[in-house]
Amino acid sequence: MSIIPNWLHRLSSPKNFYRFAGIASNWCGWIALVLIIAGLYYGLVDSPPDYQQGDSARIMYVHVPAAWMSMFVYVVMASSAAVGMIWRIKASSAFANASAPVGAMFTALALLTGMLWGKPMWGTYWVWDARLTSELILLFLYLGYMALNSAIEDRETAARATAILALVGVVNIPIIHYSVEWWNTLHQGATVTKLDKPSIHISMLIPLLLMAFAFKFYYLSNVFRRARCELLEREQGKLWVRELVGGERGE
Amino acid sequence: MRTKQRNRLILAIVIVAFVAVSAALALTALNKNINLFYSPTMIVNGEAPKDRMFRAGGMVSVGSVQRDPETLAVSFRLNDGANEVTVKYKGILPDLFREEQGIVVQGKLAPDGTIIASEVLAKHDENYMPPEVQEALDTAKKMGVTGAEKE
Repeated sequence: MSIIPNWLHRLSSPKNFYRFAGIASNWCGWIALVLIIAGLYYGLVDSPPDYQQGDSARIMYVHVPAAWMSMFVYVVMASSAAVGMIWRIKASSAFANASAPVGAMFTALALLTGMLWGKPMWGTYWVWDARLTSELILLFLYLGYMALNSAIEDRETAARATAILALVGVVNIPIIHYSVEWWNTLHQGATVTKLDKPSIHISMLIPLLLMAFAFKFYYLSNVFRRARCELLEREQGKLWVRELVGGERGE
Repeated sequence: MRTKQRNRLILAIVIVAFVAVSAALALTALNKNINLFYSPTMIVNGEAPKDRMFRAGGMVSVGSVQRDPETLAVSFRLNDGANEVTVKYKGILPDLFREEQGIVVQGKLAPDGTIIASEVLAKHDENYMPPEVQEALDTAKKMGVTGAEKE
């Protein structure tokens, strides 16, 4: 297989991935902690209140990165599930399975903070507009992925079934992003993720981006840890796992 | 790439393409139902339902807000730049309600063309800035400086 670089090929073996994920998880975890502290300080203390919404707009520093992550994690999950299905790479399928609960958590967080923000600003917790509804569908896609994955005993079959479900759901991602442009919605349009200049003052953009990177590193740290657990469980009979636990189990 | 892998790759691409096309068709067909609200122009043209509740959205026209000092009743006009409709509402308005603010109301069309609203929601824009910047923009506008861009 010449199209895949050599280092990536070596990394895709469960044993090497397990080692790499352990180191990466620790590093990402510490980076995430530093970024979250900095982001929360700049967001909640140092940044100015909004000209219209006052201090209520500060919930944006959690809501917006969580919503970005809900879509980002889905794309990563679907791609790695597809790679796992096409080339039968266990580490890749494990990475996808590990992403699902983290993505579901970010989606739920985005929905909940959005509801808490919507009540004072819009006057309602929930409205069935295109943005809110498509984000709720995303939550159901994550939950469906997790349910399907745990319903099938055979790992090969489960990897194929969940990859197809994840690929079907990918179509929802552009719908979420463009829902505010394609239809009349209560949710406002994009502030940062557009080709035009961001319509947010620099003093508020910096903590927002800090939180976005913090969430990204938190996701990586969490997903590597989960993927390690899944690989250990899946490969419990294999030699490298037996060597790792000192040959006491897996007889 | 071995044949099996290529087949699975093709399967993945076909699934995504198929779902994308069917979603695009379905959403185009349902386009009208997905819109959260009718604009004043659509209502003036008679596109809004006359016998049931619907939502209308637009900007609150400058100088159109009339409050009844005795009760919570309020009336205002919504515009979309081209047409206007009058809205009557009794209740507490959201914090962001003000002139030139985007508003979504839920209500029924009265025979005289006004909307009797049962719910008023405020739509906020995608601009975030500190109050000082907004003040600076307002002063610049008042002094007649053209091209004062929002930061």
